[in-house]
Amino acid sequence: MASRSLLTLRRAPGRLDWTDVVTYAYLALGVALMFGPVLWLVLSSFKTPAALLEFPPSLLPMAQKTVLVEGHERPLELYDVTMQDGTVRRLAQIRRVGIQAQLVDPADPKTVIRVPIEQRQPVREMAFAVSNYTEPLRIFDFGRFFGNSVFVTVVATLITLLINSMAAFALSIYEFRGKNAALLMVIGTLMIPIAIILAPVFLVVTQLGMNNSLWAVILPGAATPTGVFLLRQYMLTLPRDLIEAARMDKASEWRIYARIVLPLTLPALAVLAIFSIMWRWNEFLWPLAVLTKSEVYTLQIGLNAFQGELQTQWHYLLAMTVVTLLPVTLVFVFLQKFITTGIANTGMK
Amino acid sequence: MAGLKLTKICKSYGRVDVLRDIDLEVPDGAFVVFVGPSGCGKSTLLRAIAGLERATSGRIEIDGRDVTDERASERGLAMVFQSYALYPHMSVRQNIAFALENMRLPRAEIAARVARAAQMLRLEPYLDRKPGALSGGQRQRVAIGRAVVRDPKIFLFDEPLSNLDAELRVATRKELAALHAEIGGTMIYVTHDQVEAMTLADRIVVLNAGRIEQTGAPLDLYNRPENRFVAGFIGSPRMNFLKGATTQDGRIAAQGFAPIDAPVARLLPAGAACEIGIRPEHVHLVDAQAADATAKVELVERLGGESFLYVRLADGAPLTVKSAEQTPARRGDEVALRLDPAHLHLFDEAGRARRLD
Repeated sequence: MASRSLLTLRRAPGRLDWTDVVTYAYLALGVALMFGPVLWLVLSSFKTPAALLEFPPSLLPMAQKTVLVEGHERPLELYDVTMQDGTVRRLAQIRRVGIQAQLVDPADPKTVIRVPIEQRQPVREMAFAVSNYTEPLRIFDFGRFFGNSVFVTVVATLITLLINSMAAFALSIYEFRGKNAALLMVIGTLMIPIAIILAPVFLVVTQLGMNNSLWAVILPGAATPTGVFLLRQYMLTLPRDLIEAARMDKASEWRIYARIVLPLTLPALAVLAIFSIMWRWNEFLWPLAVLTKSEVYTLQIGLNAFQGELQTQWHYLLAMTVVTLLPVTLVFVFLQKFITTGIANTGMK
Repeated sequence: MAGLKLTKICKSYGRVDVLRDIDLEVPDGAFVVFVGPSGCGKSTLLRAIAGLERATSGRIEIDGRDVTDERASERGLAMVFQSYALYPHMSVRQNIAFALENMRLPRAEIAARVARAAQMLRLEPYLDRKPGALSGGQRQRVAIGRAVVRDPKIFLFDEPLSNLDAELRVATRKELAALHAEIGGTMIYVTHDQVEAMTLADRIVVLNAGRIEQTGAPLDLYNRPENRFVAGFIGSPRMNFLKGATTQDGRIAAQGFAPIDAPVARLLPAGAACEIGIRPEHVHLVDAQAADATAKVELVERLGGESFLYVRLADGAPLTVKSAEQTPARRGDEVALRLDPAHLHLFDEAGRARRLD
């Protein structure tokens, strides 16, 4: 359906039913709730540090207009000043002393005009502080963090798909003693929160000498119980006849896995891939534990570096958060078709 | 191509015995049909032969070689599944070639064999389609092509026609018979449809409750069933059964009929209870004076060339009569019947057939 006709969809053609009004109001509220924060984030990421701290806050990134005035080195801020006779003049402020402001007319820099501060209104314009984006990439090596995150996400997802699909294959296609016990154990690990195994896994990783290497982030989480379960449920729905037909066709078990089961599990694999990408991209606690050198930082750890104990560089943090969100958003945009069909098909059929 | 020998095959799931002491020999090149009611174990037996199911005990030999412990992929058999089991993500060509690739044949050889099979089964226009884009009959042919292309020792068919509509089933049945005549392989075919069994088989194996009831050529089973089960199972409409007994003077008194002079009566002692079987075509509509019994017509099926009358005897026993011509009889009419003494089947109390020859 074309999006235009979708957006004007009504209960009965041509007529606006009250349910239409309620539905659209409800949907609009949902859109506002979900996209409001994101919009706020994106707009704020273009604000200067001063604009971020401003109260009351503005939605759009605004900055005060400045002007270069003869006799002053720095650009001066422009104000609209209401004079005593009621006229409004646009003046540049030299300095502020208590509740008095000293301003000059940019056209006549010699004459200093003193007015109470409540008589002046700052002149503002839209300004995008692009430096929020460029500076961290230059100063903090965010490009490298980005690269690390991409590497971790891609490699870990590939390994996850391979290992999980093989486990799911065994747990769904074969009959063997202890099969259900094995599955229960796999699912049981879902109940153990990462905080509990953090220390032991850290010790293992340290023993293996993998600290401060990206493999320390990739390997421990490669086999996910969720993934095994998801794929197993999907593989259970594959007709047994197909597997048996392949056996009659002299296919080895490896070939059955690679040529028959994997291609047919593609929708579930896509779902798992999307999940894995999101998990890995947003992973924070574990990388924080094993990555201590900045050259192996992933994006999430890099972002954390902007949050000091005493001071947080909000403008950088916001801008880099936007950068961090982009890839996952793109993944969603291009793979959302698989998510809906895949989740609908996993397990129940 | 090869012969098959089964010795004392048993299969049980837990306490349930599905197959009991199956002994069977299938000669090279034969078309053997396993037939029986659902749940009789015929599919299990086929799967045991295929190697998809392990027999609990017994021995399977193919071409004189013991394959009991070999896996399905090692036995060199091909199977056509009831669901066709075509690989949905592969084109017809890939489906047919899959087994050949697994056998690591050279590429040119694979292409040649696929082309030959496609030509034989008229699949050439569809080679690049996915199974989802084919009709039921075409899928069926692809499934057969997948088996044929391998040149297997034995072809196994598991109710291959049951998913087709009636017309296509008849057409495919003929094609299968033609295929067997053309390539001459040993074929084992499972069905619950006795028409398929009768038309396709060189030999029919009738199974019931995990046992072989009788093995033989189709007409042998029809004309000379060894027991009541086979007599009732083979033939459509099924054979009529009447309770009866032998009389003191060596005749047979069937329930609702006047005593009949039948040579088979000699085989049982006088006064012994028995069951009399008679096929619908051997119950004749006659004039009242020649009749053994009269019955009331309940339903008439007029097929044009022949008619079936479903009648009820005076004592309430139902009977089916086949008339080779169009009959004027209507529902509610009284008809006079006579049984053909030469075609009476006599079953003793254990259900075994008693026959003179």
